[in-house]
Amino acid sequence: MRNKLSTYFHRIFSERRLELLIEACGVSCIIFILAIFVFILKEAYPFLVSKFSFSEFFFSTEWHPASVVKIRYGTLALLTGTLFVTGLSMLMAVPLGLACAFYISEFCSPKMREFYKIVIEFLAAIPSVVWGFVAIMIVNPLLIKIFNIPVGLNILNASIILALMSLPLIISIGEDALRAVPETYREAAEAMGATRWEVATKVLVPAAKNGLMAAALLGVGRALGETMAVLMATGHAIQIPHSLFDPGRTLTATIAAELGESPKGGEHYQALFAIGLLLFLVSFTVNLTADYFIRGKKNV
Amino acid sequence: MFSASEHLIERQKKELRYKRLLGLISLPLFFPTILIMVWLWMKGSPALSWDFITMDPIHGMKAGGIFPAIFGTFCLVFLSILITCPLAVTAAIYLSEYAPHNIWTRIIRLAILNLAGVPSIVHALFGLGAFVLFFNMGTSILAASCTLAIMNLPVLITSTLESLKSVPQAYREASWNVGASRLQTIQHIVLPNSLSGILTGLIFSVARSAGETAAILFTGVAFYLPFLPKSVFDQCMSLSMHLFTISTQVVGVPEAYPYATALVLVGLILGVNFVAVGIRFYFRTRKKW
Repeated sequence: MRNKLSTYFHRIFSERRLELLIEACGVSCIIFILAIFVFILKEAYPFLVSKFSFSEFFFSTEWHPASVVKIRYGTLALLTGTLFVTGLSMLMAVPLGLACAFYISEFCSPKMREFYKIVIEFLAAIPSVVWGFVAIMIVNPLLIKIFNIPVGLNILNASIILALMSLPLIISIGEDALRAVPETYREAAEAMGATRWEVATKVLVPAAKNGLMAAALLGVGRALGETMAVLMATGHAIQIPHSLFDPGRTLTATIAAELGESPKGGEHYQALFAIGLLLFLVSFTVNLTADYFIRGKKNV
Repeated sequence: MFSASEHLIERQKKELRYKRLLGLISLPLFFPTILIMVWLWMKGSPALSWDFITMDPIHGMKAGGIFPAIFGTFCLVFLSILITCPLAVTAAIYLSEYAPHNIWTRIIRLAILNLAGVPSIVHALFGLGAFVLFFNMGTSILAASCTLAIMNLPVLITSTLESLKSVPQAYREASWNVGASRLQTIQHIVLPNSLSGILTGLIFSVARSAGETAAILFTGVAFYLPFLPKSVFDQCMSLSMHLFTISTQVVGVPEAYPYATALVLVGLILGVNFVAVGIRFYFRTRKKW
């Protein structure tokens, strides 16, 4: 009986068939990324063919999707909000992150390195909604006190929070890039009498510059797509921010804030999917560029 | 004769100076996590009690506890891991053991990288379009878990791949040489030897999905649902969503409540992470190669 069963089992799950199954799982990621594109396009399609106008969508600041008088779908204010917040956070996070990556990879002791890695893992583990909570409860009063402004939920607040959130990613990718430089490079430079600082600036920076660039780009990708923390920190005003202390609104936050209220299948709902499509394409481009920097020189 | 020249001393001083500077820049990394924990504890611990953890929220979330939220988070995470884990491990096995070095494999890797970079709100849109509407699951635990599962997939594949790769090639060759097939080698040699790494990656992704908010926002999480879900087709509450709701949407919540909720959430996540770090450390000291 048992023998029969096992023969039966082997006939169904022959090694060849199992391998096919394994291969199917392997390609599943391609299917998923295509599915994401297709399903979002499917929901946004009716809007894209009827109401969508390129100049209004990209160059108008008027986002009045639920207006009774004149419905407008201009995302310029949201786009600039996203750009401002991302740019500012990267101004803080990239130099800081790469400096940390250099320190952790080149200058500190192996024990400290282990310790730092755990610290970074824990920093990366704090969920975005908690960061948003931190933005409201800590950074907000802090900014009000320091800069003497009425409201602390603004572009600057969101940038600080985003910088903190993307630091772990930038550090770990940057460190990987530095680790990937062959040890012989360091040894050769040190044999010629270079100090560790000279090794870092004159050997490692040129050798790892693609990887470091990729680290910065992946940080940008992370900051662009962040939703909850930004939704809670930017202060919800649809306008082009003129200073650091102006509130703003990003693309991601708009989707999160408005999708729940827009009737399913309506124009507003489809317009939000169009924004999602834009976000998807932008992050896709950023990631592909980052990958090009990491692997571009080597083929496969 | 071999005393250091002035030029060398100058350079060494420069090295030390920059080393200290970089160390000083890196030092603040330690603070955010610790500060946030301490601050949450100070503000939230007065509201934290056994009742807070085990009771339902009452009076429009202005009183009571957070049990349905904890339970909902648990359901979502459990179900999503149940979906991701087999898929991710199998995909990683394919990439590590079978995939040839060609353009096709390169595309798969690019897809994984891109899937990891897709913003979480876009995942939410996808979940809404695909699972909730197209597959007709409705806003349910199942739809939200599927969305979370796809979000976790690339992370888990990457970590699994790394631990599969760390099994020395000689192990595989030895196994093939005694006549084992590829699949037998994977089953008896590769998987057992990389189990600790796979497990660690799994636990990290549990922590990650427990805190996710945006992706489950429109796919299966209710703002306020003071009873427990009965099946996977019901909606549920989640800790992260609950924190968002009571800290921004509801007026008149006692001040300590959001802090205590955040404390429970962060505490759970860091606790789970701690377990993962512990497991990794334990297995590393016992590694055979």
